[in-house]
Amino acid sequence: MERLEYRFTGGRVLHPLAARLVGVVGSGNLEVLIESAALDGGCTVEINTAAEGFGAIWNAVVADFFARHSLGDVRISINDNGATPAIVSLRLDQAAEEFTGTVPGSATAL
Amino acid sequence: MTARPALARTWNEGARDRARRMERAASRLEGRLLGKVVAAADIVALLESVIAPGDRVCLEGNNQKQADFLAHALTRVDPRVVNDLHMVQSVLALPEHLDVFESGIATRLDFSFSGPQAGRLAKLVGDGRIAIGAIHTYLELFGRYFVDLTPRVSLVAAQAADREGNLYTGPNTEDTPVIAEATAFKGGIVIAQVNEIVERVPRVDIPGDWIGYVVQSPQPHFIEPLFTRDPAQISEIQVLMAMMAIKGIYAEYGVQRLNHGIGFDTAAIELLLPTFAESLGLRGRICKHWALNPHPALIPAIEAGFVETVHSFGSELGMEDYIAARSDVFFTGPDGSLRSNRAFCQTAGHYACDMFIGSTLQIDLGGNSSTATLGRISGFGGAPNMGSDARGRRHASPAWLKAGTEAADAARGVMPRGRKLVVQMVETFREHMQPAFVERLDAWTLAESARMALPPVMIYGDDVTHILTEEGIANLLLCRSDEERAQAIRGVAGYTQVGLARDHQMVERLRARGVIRRAEDLGIDKRMATRDLLAARSIKDLVRASGGLYKPPQQFRNW
Repeated sequence: MERLEYRFTGGRVLHPLAARLVGVVGSGNLEVLIESAALDGGCTVEINTAAEGFGAIWNAVVADFFARHSLGDVRISINDNGATPAIVSLRLDQAAEEFTGTVPGSATAL
Repeated sequence: MTARPALARTWNEGARDRARRMERAASRLEGRLLGKVVAAADIVALLESVIAPGDRVCLEGNNQKQADFLAHALTRVDPRVVNDLHMVQSVLALPEHLDVFESGIATRLDFSFSGPQAGRLAKLVGDGRIAIGAIHTYLELFGRYFVDLTPRVSLVAAQAADREGNLYTGPNTEDTPVIAEATAFKGGIVIAQVNEIVERVPRVDIPGDWIGYVVQSPQPHFIEPLFTRDPAQISEIQVLMAMMAIKGIYAEYGVQRLNHGIGFDTAAIELLLPTFAESLGLRGRICKHWALNPHPALIPAIEAGFVETVHSFGSELGMEDYIAARSDVFFTGPDGSLRSNRAFCQTAGHYACDMFIGSTLQIDLGGNSSTATLGRISGFGGAPNMGSDARGRRHASPAWLKAGTEAADAARGVMPRGRKLVVQMVETFREHMQPAFVERLDAWTLAESARMALPPVMIYGDDVTHILTEEGIANLLLCRSDEERAQAIRGVAGYTQVGLARDHQMVERLRARGVIRRAEDLGIDKRMATRDLLAARSIKDLVRASGGLYKPPQQFRNW
């Protein structure tokens, strides 16, 4: 297992929201946990992956995710279970949308 | 001086030789030959009598039906009597198909597809045990059966025979007619293994006078349900890609006649016809006529009234009763069962379809695609026939004309001409993070290591019109230069190295021109891409959709 961690700053800080878990728990499917955390306005993404040596790809995937959603004081944990970048991006978007109750580009909630 | 005929040339040596071989068989089998019927116990003796060293031999290996009893018998002939054979067969599916090369019974090979045996084939080629003439498409190999690769002896499989040798193939007719015709009419000998010998066959698929010998196999021939895909394994990304295919290509061009490659990507499209395509009002406007095996994923679209006709290369296990009950859709005989025919269906797919869509393993920046990987010589099968522009086509259809117009506008062509839509559909990464987009195809290295004349490219880039990934659709018809084409491909190549190296400004310009279209450009909400959109989410759902007529093979039953 490889553990990768990325940190982004400058996102919009949300009031604490209920944590969300997206993916089918215990099914071997990809899981994404998204939760509020006091991170000085930062956003961290932690990826646990069985496939080693793909740090640059995951960096690009989560940087694009941050550009789309721009979240602050949020911690995201991904257990990739061998998922491809396409499915990880899709799940991250679903997690962010469920967490904030919004779709990127639509009116900001809260 | 008057012209005099050349001395001593006989002009019917083939027919004489056939007669000699059959006399040899009759004398070796003494009184045991009952007309054309040979006992299973005598099969090796028969093969040793009628096959001579150096012969071209076709051992019927289809995609599904296998002449497995005869394949096994051929491995048991004495290599001192029968050797150095030149095998000319479409598919290498069984271990026996390669065993004959290990013992020296055969040394040369011309073929089309070797999926299940690809690794072992590469090894035998590397060891110098097999000299490959060429890897063909199906139609190409069948064509050569009538030109320079005509079999001397063919070993075929059928469901039943009568004592005259008339064959009933059942639904998996597949390659049998083309093999038997090429062999029987050129002085060759056709030997058929059958599951049963009957008084009267339900229908005559191969006339008895083409057949030299019939043997009842102790076991029914093997058939593999090669084209069945369990909807339970279709991913949300495949649903998303299927939505883009339907809205961005099928609806856009009004594709009514088509072939689908095999796989979960295309199964997802079939299962979205009754739901997503229906919601777009596309029933009756797309997907009416198919060149396709009768695989179960099509059942919901047939039941929903999308599909008018289906002609098939082969059949699919478990679909027999459903096909018999839907003779308006499928090509069936008076006995109710499917009549498939690989040669005719490949012709239909090449000339009479407006679109091919299928998956691949690797695509380069020229749009060339290949399923070749190092250490595996897997061949092509029919994909290059389906997935290429039919340059000899002359009849017009709206989809063909629209694609041709787009290509001509980009090239500023003067003579109007249509184009076949050839769509490659891939997720940017396969399992184990293998990128589908590469700078250089593995096919180059494979060609070098196996000393092939050419890299084994399945579909050439100049035949591909669209590349569809989870990131969007690249319409290569609209590209005006090689550079635009390469950037259009990079622009849908996701997080692969090829995709990350894109020129972002150029990709945005291509997007503004509609060369690249994202899900949102097509008005597709990614959040809609869930498995709930599939008309069937399991094999059991397919059984239900068929009204209980589909009988899935055991390995697909999980209830």
